[in-house]
Amino acid sequence: MEEMSFLYEARGQVLVIHMPKELDHHNSRDLRYETDLLLSENYVSKIVFDFSRTVFMDSAGIGILLNRYKQMQRSGGSVAIYGAKPQVLRILAVGGITRLVPQYETKEAAVAG
Amino acid sequence: MNGVEKREPDTGVTETKKEEKKKETMRLEIGSDSRNESFARVVVAVFASRLDPTLEEIDDIKTAVSEAVTNAVVHGYRGGEGSIYIEAAAEGRELTVTVRDSGAGIADVAKAMEPMYTTDCTGERSGMGFAFMEAFMDQVEVWSEPGKGTAVTMKKRIGG
Repeated sequence: MEEMSFLYEARGQVLVIHMPKELDHHNSRDLRYETDLLLSENYVSKIVFDFSRTVFMDSAGIGILLNRYKQMQRSGGSVAIYGAKPQVLRILAVGGITRLVPQYETKEAAVAG
Repeated sequence: MNGVEKREPDTGVTETKKEEKKKETMRLEIGSDSRNESFARVVVAVFASRLDPTLEEIDDIKTAVSEAVTNAVVHGYRGGEGSIYIEAAAEGRELTVTVRDSGAGIADVAKAMEPMYTTDCTGERSGMGFAFMEAFMDQVEVWSEPGKGTAVTMKKRIGG
């Protein structure tokens, strides 16, 4: 079975979202609804996206990141990324995310950064 | 050694290895279902593998196909039913992929291809589909007619 679920992890005011193996239009549809729910029910000052499992991402992933980035900007929070592999890094660069969202190698660095 | 002389049979014909650059093709028809986005990109990537692409080139092809099929599902058929036709050809070092639908079509192709242009009002789609196809393939051509459908033809030269 394909990996569909996003795993969420709360670390104080930091929400860590573990991204799936493949992130396209199909398997990113639930993410908006789920994060909206989490953001409305919890005080989140930072969202950290874990891409360490992700081997494929297309512009659907860029849509998600841009919107969470704007959402956090509005509430004075921030967004960070860690664990991105080559394919994801290229998509982030072409999608213009690289200059907006700081990238880290480990979760600890991303949460602290 | 048993003293038997081994001789290659002499046919008198010198074989010349003729590497003909034959055009190879494939066609695929899939239902307009978002689950088929990953199916389509994997099929095209496997087909393209006969051109001996690098991992990066395979990723490029998968991304471009994913974008084109997503467009057919989201814009062509607007989430409804329909068929998406994918054709690929490998000739020499060039890969050609066409993704076609018989859906809504695009009234203004030039506008649709502008980066960040999106018809999605939830703000969840980036509007970068065509920009991604153009970034990862060498050539992208779009044919579309409102009410008839859209066909996106992309070419990529494998190995530089």
